[in-house]
Amino acid sequence: MNWEVVIGLEVHLQLATRSKIFSGAATEFGAQPNTQACAVDLAMPGMLPVLNEQAVRYAVMFGLGIGADIGLRSVFDRKNYFYPDLPKGYQISQFQAPVVGRGEFEIQLEDGSTRSIGITRAHLEEDAGKSLHEDFHGMTGIDLNRAGTPLLEIVSEPDLRSAEEAVAYLKTLHSLVTYLGISDGNMAEGSMRCDINLSLRPRGSSTLGTRAEIKNVNSFRFVEKAIRHEIERQADILEAGGQVVQETRLYDADRDETRSMRSKEVANDYRYFPEPDLLPVVIDEAWVESLRASLPELPAAKRQRFISDYGLSTYDAGVLAASRPLADYYETVVEGCGDAKIAANWVQVELLGQLNRGELELHQSPVAATALAGLIRRILDHSISGKIAKQVFEAMWAGEGDADTIIAARGLRQVSDSGALAALVDEVVSGNPAQVAQYLAADEGKRKKLAGFFVGQIMKLSKGQANPQMVNELLNQKLAAAGSDGES
Amino acid sequence: MTVKQDEIEKIAELARVRIAPEEAAEVTARIANILTLVDQLQAVDTDGVEPMANPLDAVQRLRADTVTEINQREAFQAIAPAVENGLYLVPKVIE
Repeated sequence: MNWEVVIGLEVHLQLATRSKIFSGAATEFGAQPNTQACAVDLAMPGMLPVLNEQAVRYAVMFGLGIGADIGLRSVFDRKNYFYPDLPKGYQISQFQAPVVGRGEFEIQLEDGSTRSIGITRAHLEEDAGKSLHEDFHGMTGIDLNRAGTPLLEIVSEPDLRSAEEAVAYLKTLHSLVTYLGISDGNMAEGSMRCDINLSLRPRGSSTLGTRAEIKNVNSFRFVEKAIRHEIERQADILEAGGQVVQETRLYDADRDETRSMRSKEVANDYRYFPEPDLLPVVIDEAWVESLRASLPELPAAKRQRFISDYGLSTYDAGVLAASRPLADYYETVVEGCGDAKIAANWVQVELLGQLNRGELELHQSPVAATALAGLIRRILDHSISGKIAKQVFEAMWAGEGDADTIIAARGLRQVSDSGALAALVDEVVSGNPAQVAQYLAADEGKRKKLAGFFVGQIMKLSKGQANPQMVNELLNQKLAAAGSDGES
Repeated sequence: MTVKQDEIEKIAELARVRIAPEEAAEVTARIANILTLVDQLQAVDTDGVEPMANPLDAVQRLRADTVTEINQREAFQAIAPAVENGLYLVPKVIE
């Protein structure tokens, strides 16, 4: 049977506030266990939550970023369940009246095509603590530092149709929230975690199949693998005539499989009711407008501008606009060298290549954007060839100084002296009579290829420093002259 | 409004409240009585009655995003039944 995959994602995004959503405890990652868990986070009797303004601001900024309706009056609710990392016995969340309503954004797929994905809603809630099931004499250890960290839960429509689309959605979302600066987007530290709702239906059917939910997947790669695995599992069940059970599953990265999570659990019944400790949150429209006015240029707009202003391909624009630091770096290089296309090429191939090889982040790059622009200027003014420039770039990467210093120290300046170049051309042409004869005997079409031999020899003789345009010109003159000498 | 005993049993389970089987019927009856009282109050005609002071129009005040709490782990853990390496220990929660 030909199955259509239907996926909706719930992303839990940690907001980049300094303090927690309902208390003044710090949110910094990596602190000693329970040193950032105050009386509110521990649910000590009599403690009351007080809402963090910055969390609300970030949620509204997200809503504006996806063109969503902003809930001008939103309400917090209690979601009741028992787990030791949730000391109150309920999570403060939003159910009926979320801060962000329906919106949508465009995702870009690998092949450059785009699709619009609906966002059902996004709501504010608090994170739970962390349970450590390692050996504590048969007990479980609880760290409540994370309890109360502000989360924005972003719920998508079931609009995604494949693992690739799900990953593209997450990457677009990641790019958007880091542009907005509302989250550090650090997946390894759990800043962006994802629940996957997945079902299959016969292609062409418009009713949804029974879905399974895969909880807490925390990397793009795992999302892709978990989805692929779950598609296979559900297809096997359906093709054997069985039925998918609606349940929560867990992705096990070590075994690359999903498995049922809570076998004995009573069907989820969270008994939501309005949180009596918090009043409704009323958002002033003027405030929303001031936030709208202060939004940075967002990835989609930047991508479009890169295409129209710099003449970049959709693909190149997508890569360079994906993260704000990279886009800023690129634009600094363009400004410094004046050639957007060469800059795009150098940033994507040489810079990103070196960063990848060294497993470095952009901010760790030993070559600053202005320094790369300085190097490209030397290509553009023909001081060095593109090939020599790669050598210079490597030396810059190794910390040998700026482009001009390295070019001078290593004597790499391109030879553009026509007298010196003519001597090289003469030497190679007269040293290879057989190839010259072959060239002269060949027809126009093949000559180009044969001329490559001479260019190669000349470049080699000049240690790569000969100005290639001038070499071509001089060589063509020389060969044409050799041809007419032979005829006369 | 009526409430059935199995509903009370389910709510008790969800709330992790233990009701002994012999008590269940009595608890159900008592809760049903409370709900009947609520129904009675709901039925009162309040047209033209001025509402009492109430918080219904109040809205949430927000606090600035600043860290105001210091680490008091030692004090909190002094009253915890079991701690180790800074963690609170609880009965094992996974099989």
